[in-house]
Amino acid sequence: MEVLLGITGKDFTIVAASKAAMRGATILKASDDKTRALNSTSLMAFSGEAGDTVQFAEYIQANIQLYSMRNSMELSPTATANFVRGELARALRSRRPYTVNLILGGYDKIADKPTLYWIDYLASLAPVPYAAHGYAQYYCLSILDKHHHPDIDFEQGMKLLRMCTQELKRRLPIDFKGVVVKVITKDGIREQEYEDDVKVAIP
Amino acid sequence: MDSLVSQYSRPVHSAEGPSQDEHQELSQTTPPLSLQFSLPPVAQSSAWLRAMTDDYSNPNCPIKIAHGTTTLAFRFKGGIIVATDSRATAGNWIASQTVKKVIEINNCLLGTMAGGAADCQYWLAYLGMQCRLHELRHKRRISVAAASKILANLVYSYKGMGLSMGTMCAGVTPQEGPALYYIDSDGTRLAGNLFCVGSGQTFAYGVLDAEYSYDLDDEAALELGRRSILAATHRDAYSGGFINLYHVKEDGWVKHGFNDTNPIFWKTKLEKGEFSNVTADLE
Repeated sequence: MEVLLGITGKDFTIVAASKAAMRGATILKASDDKTRALNSTSLMAFSGEAGDTVQFAEYIQANIQLYSMRNSMELSPTATANFVRGELARALRSRRPYTVNLILGGYDKIADKPTLYWIDYLASLAPVPYAAHGYAQYYCLSILDKHHHPDIDFEQGMKLLRMCTQELKRRLPIDFKGVVVKVITKDGIREQEYEDDVKVAIP
Repeated sequence: MDSLVSQYSRPVHSAEGPSQDEHQELSQTTPPLSLQFSLPPVAQSSAWLRAMTDDYSNPNCPIKIAHGTTTLAFRFKGGIIVATDSRATAGNWIASQTVKKVIEINNCLLGTMAGGAADCQYWLAYLGMQCRLHELRHKRRISVAAASKILANLVYSYKGMGLSMGTMCAGVTPQEGPALYYIDSDGTRLAGNLFCVGSGQTFAYGVLDAEYSYDLDDEAALELGRRSILAATHRDAYSGGFINLYHVKEDGWVKHGFNDTNPIFWKTKLEKGEFSNVTADLE
């Protein structure tokens, strides 16, 4: 029951990932960061099979960074997304595929637009205005369908995220220990403070 | 840095990635991290292994793997406490009551064993070897982060083939200070302050979480570690034997005994009045 969320707005992309690292019936860590920065304008959040997730993310991270070193330029978020999808698709037909679901948040400095890509373990790639993986899809996509607009500002974006996490807190049977929130803007990637222990009433 | 970059740079439009020859060279010159084992001639090695070893679904399975454990480790202001029980079980049979589940990798690094006894023993010994080689090659002791990653990458390379281990690496290095990592055979590797691993983990977590604080003093921390293992040995049928206690300090680890749980249990019960569900008087 890992939670991944992504929301774009006027000039930003918000990516949120649950902090619980679970194995069986145990939460091993309540401050896990399920994200990796690929370069200054791309961030990848991941969930899925234990072990596969971090291995795949760090493999992608290393290759994106190698690209920047070789070519003295950064790959755009769109190119990054297609590269990631390609690697996942290649692995899918190998002896042992990566079982990893991804959300790729970015900021395209050339088009001057925030980007968000939804990728699943079968290597489907879709550019989307907002995204979720796992059970969060069932709860949050309806909220986002209703309340999201492409030109919202950052405060409205955070309000939307709060609506989503509150609903998850209210209805998910297992505590996911809150979320790590990262924001990608034209200035780069930053971690956003996020209050996790807000009480929610269950009606 | 520039020389590094230039070494790996080539014209912009040349073929991406290493060529076939380069690939060959790379894969042969670097010593392989994982050893080259011959594998059973079956399509799904893990399914085959399960058929041979899973005594839960098949009590007559030909191979019984030693399993079942409680191990714990936690960080606090005085360093790291590492504690384990000492029972090895193969199915319902107690194979040993005197297993050493803490492996002394070097005088600053400890590893713990949970899961398949053979897997843990073998691969932690292998980790010990890799750590020593690192020391000889680089003229300084390996960091806990690096040591744990060697193990994590190693078990990840065998993912899906039926390895079974849940281990913790605890140690102190000048760069990191006291560091604790959890590694399991799924390939998960987590840094953290507190972990319990094994069939008795839930019982140990129960006692440990309730009274754990980073500001514990040494004596209280040791006692809490001991008491958590005792709780698990009491409630988990697959844990028991002796309590193996270690304290990792800045200048290396100190062993605090390998003590029989039975006297400790009765001492705890009679002197502190705990375990009140166990009746001591004969009526």
